[in-house]
Amino acid sequence: MNWIYDPWPWYVSGPLIALTMFVLLFVGKQFGMSSNLRTLCSAAGGGKKADFFKFNWKNERWNLTVMIGAVIGGFIASQYLSNNTVEIADDVVATLQGYGINSAGEAYLPTELFSIEALSNPKNLLILIIGGFLVGFGARYAGGCTSGHAISGLSNLQLPSLIAVIGFFVGGLVMIHFIFPLIFA
Amino acid sequence: MKTLVYLFIGTFFGILMYKSEAASWFRIFEMFEFGAFHMYGIIGSALVLGVIGVQIIKKFNIKAIGGKDMHLKPKNKSVSRYAIGGVLFGLGWALAGACPGPMYVLTGAGYVSILIVIFGALLGTFVYGMVKNKLPH
Repeated sequence: MNWIYDPWPWYVSGPLIALTMFVLLFVGKQFGMSSNLRTLCSAAGGGKKADFFKFNWKNERWNLTVMIGAVIGGFIASQYLSNNTVEIADDVVATLQGYGINSAGEAYLPTELFSIEALSNPKNLLILIIGGFLVGFGARYAGGCTSGHAISGLSNLQLPSLIAVIGFFVGGLVMIHFIFPLIFA
Repeated sequence: MKTLVYLFIGTFFGILMYKSEAASWFRIFEMFEFGAFHMYGIIGSALVLGVIGVQIIKKFNIKAIGGKDMHLKPKNKSVSRYAIGGVLFGLGWALAGACPGPMYVLTGAGYVSILIVIFGALLGTFVYGMVKNKLPH
């Protein structure tokens, strides 16, 4: 029964992501995960501070429901369908060891950054908060994230999404190749 | 009933993100290091099928349930907002090792620290809403 715990290969995962997008289109909605962050800001009363959050957030309850489903899915997969380790390429493991991250192959997320003990280090806390901040700010500025632009937008051959996705990769490459060596020196 | 459908789609997507390892910090790092084909295969195969499917929908004018048009509206034309916003998003995606969908998935998987990332993401969204009119779009 070990196969149950094995990761799904790309040629299974990719088509299933496309399927998720088409099912949402079929029920009259659009695949986009970061919109939920805006909806949550609105539901928390953000409309009093900025017009950007002044809309009837209850119309977006369907997407919040998808979000709650994603939380449930994460619980099911991690509890029953995974041994919660990720095998990555050997040379990448070596690069990470150079950064003091030695949990590759033994964990799903690096324990050096995501364990409860790691939070007592202010540097790790800053990495998580700033990383999240840039994702939230950038996603709204660009009008979408990986699901909205890289999957939905590009599937519809939209030039704005192509610009955004090129931006995603430029930002990611700069972070990993120029900023990581400074952070984890 | 509709709520259950969305809950089911979300649960399916959550299992998919976790099992494909697209929700793993390690896979995102590996992708930006060009260390393996895995993430490129996931995004690439989703895209190839996505493009073909959307073309079919348009060619045969396939409607959503209830006869409504599908949500395939063109996005507003601009370069600066997509380029600047995109780069900022990419910096965060690589730093936190997670984009929004996987953040929710990792919450369910019990990684308490991801709540700090989500807090940051909500803060970033809120600040964007506050300064939106001062930014080039």
